Amino acid sequence: MVENLIEVKDLYKWFPIRSGLLGRVKNYVRAVDGVSFSIKTGETFGVVGESGCGKTTLGRTVIKLTEPTSGSIIYSGRDITKLKGRKMKEYKKKMQIVFQDPYASLDPRQTIGSAIMEPMFIHGLVRDRKEARSKAEFLLEQVGLNPDHFSRFPHEFSGGQRQRVAIARALSLNPEFIVLDEPTSSLDVSVQAQILNLLSSLRRKLNLTYMFISHNLAVIRQMCQRTAVMYLGRIVEIAETSRIFENPKHPYTVALLKSVPLPDPKKRKMLVSLEGDVPSPVNVPSGCRFRARCKYATELCADKAPELIEIEKDHWVECHYDIDFSREAKVNTITA
Amino acid sequence: MNQAQSSRFQEARYAFYLFRRNPVVLAGAIISMAALILSILSPYIVNPSLWRITDLTKRLCWNNHMINWGIRNVFDCGGSTYILGTDSYGRDLLKMIIIAIPLDMQISLEVVFSAVLIGVVFGSVAAYAGGIIDEFVLRITDIFLAVPGILLAIVMMVILGRTIPILTFAVLVTWWPTYVRLMRSQVLSEKEKPYVESLKAIGAGRFRILFRHIIPNSIYPIIVQATLDIGSVILTVSALTFIGLTPSPLLPELGTLASSGAQYVFTAPWLTIFPGLAILIISLGFNLLGDGIRDVFDPRLRR
Repeated sequence: MVENLIEVKDLYKWFPIRSGLLGRVKNYVRAVDGVSFSIKTGETFGVVGESGCGKTTLGRTVIKLTEPTSGSIIYSGRDITKLKGRKMKEYKKKMQIVFQDPYASLDPRQTIGSAIMEPMFIHGLVRDRKEARSKAEFLLEQVGLNPDHFSRFPHEFSGGQRQRVAIARALSLNPEFIVLDEPTSSLDVSVQAQILNLLSSLRRKLNLTYMFISHNLAVIRQMCQRTAVMYLGRIVEIAETSRIFENPKHPYTVALLKSVPLPDPKKRKMLVSLEGDVPSPVNVPSGCRFRARCKYATELCADKAPELIEIEKDHWVECHYDIDFSREAKVNTITA
Repeated sequence: MNQAQSSRFQEARYAFYLFRRNPVVLAGAIISMAALILSILSPYIVNPSLWRITDLTKRLCWNNHMINWGIRNVFDCGGSTYILGTDSYGRDLLKMIIIAIPLDMQISLEVVFSAVLIGVVFGSVAAYAGGIIDEFVLRITDIFLAVPGILLAIVMMVILGRTIPILTFAVLVTWWPTYVRLMRSQVLSEKEKPYVESLKAIGAGRFRILFRHIIPNSIYPIIVQATLDIGSVILTVSALTFIGLTPSPLLPELGTLASSGAQYVFTAPWLTIFPGLAILIISLGFNLLGDGIRDVFDPRLRR
């Protein structure tokens, strides 16, 4: 077994902004701007960040739902960046995605049974309708739905049930890797917990690897072994989830953690929100992207963009300084 | 009854309920149905043995005794023998109208079906392919939309000749661009929906996505428009034949009948009134039915 199921190296996804009569490219939206990471087989890899930081684009690019602008994606030892057509179809089978909005990610005119069977027919996994049907019913049962619901339409279900259908559909191809793109953010809290438990038990049962995209830190903490923090198209910190939460090294991660409201009125003072807005991904600031909102920023941060550096073992940070956040002081410069 | 049937059955029943609760729509449905049934039954009502002669000149009723050709019956004002009276040639107006309705319906259905077909194919391909193909299809529809429809039809008929097929073709030429536009806009909004993305993720090809998912999801406005247009095409066709673009002034066709009756509007008003009423009722019926179908499929009125 390969240790790293997915390795992403220097991935870029820039969306061109066209304007004018001839559609000349005026500028680019740098949704994903030089990202490298790897996902180990069998783990849940979290990606967290504010809205618009490129985490969804990253997830879609990793499974090649959109073509990367440059960089490479290596899936269990094989470079799939340039694969197309039939060869890519084999890999599409192994990599699935569950979308954020279960209300919109199912064809409203298709029964859920036929939605679950469709991928099996496309990839020729079943011999006939009967086999597909029995497999679909098994999947419905596996995600906690009644197999008798086979012939119902999506609008007859609640959001949580629809998300279960979406999961069953992703599972119908026996994938190895699933990108979960905020799978619970449009659901009620109680339903969120059910879906998260379902996802965890499926991962154990079917030996799946997840890439879990979310802006909800509590969910990330619950689900993920390792977590990457994204800011404006780049990963600013990667570490084991416990270390991200207990010993964050990047000022943005710290700010993100501090902005979570705590259910304790005495601790209200601790709630610190970040000042300012995320800069536009079209006009990315020079040097460090976070410097405009960072209270530790210096001239060095404006001059030179920091690179991802392994500050401790398996703890990577993209910052010029090693900051001691309890004393609010810079310890030392870590980039040479 | 298994689940599939019950689920679909409920949908159908609910649609029928929405339909039934509105009496105006029900009236529209009944009129449209009646017009269709009359079109089918027409040859059995008016002398079926002679109806098989498809030759148009035979239908024009020279020497055709089924229309009751005879000088002694000229301008019968209706009542016992001839319910709606007779025209200047002594032809029975009721029988003429019964023959005329299928002809108008046929032209109208041909035009609408062809326009829908062209619209669905070109509109969806243009929207789905995008880029230069989209631009090309759009510019062609622009050219046709730039010329006023009736004028284009008149010019075509004057140049190509005054026959029924050319009349049909001329109306179709003015009618298809709307459907291409409508289908294109539907597919454009449909193809951006998240379920299309999730179909791509499961590896569905572009043809499967377009024909199995996007087109069935965007066809409803087209069906509504088509139903509304069956009435409108009848109106346009009879307008064209009324102003004289008819193969023969004796042709049993609603516009032609009204037109030839208009000469005697003071002496024999029924010759204009009854064909005109037939046009009015049929086009009104299809318009009401179209409105009803729109209500049934309108998501805002659903659960």
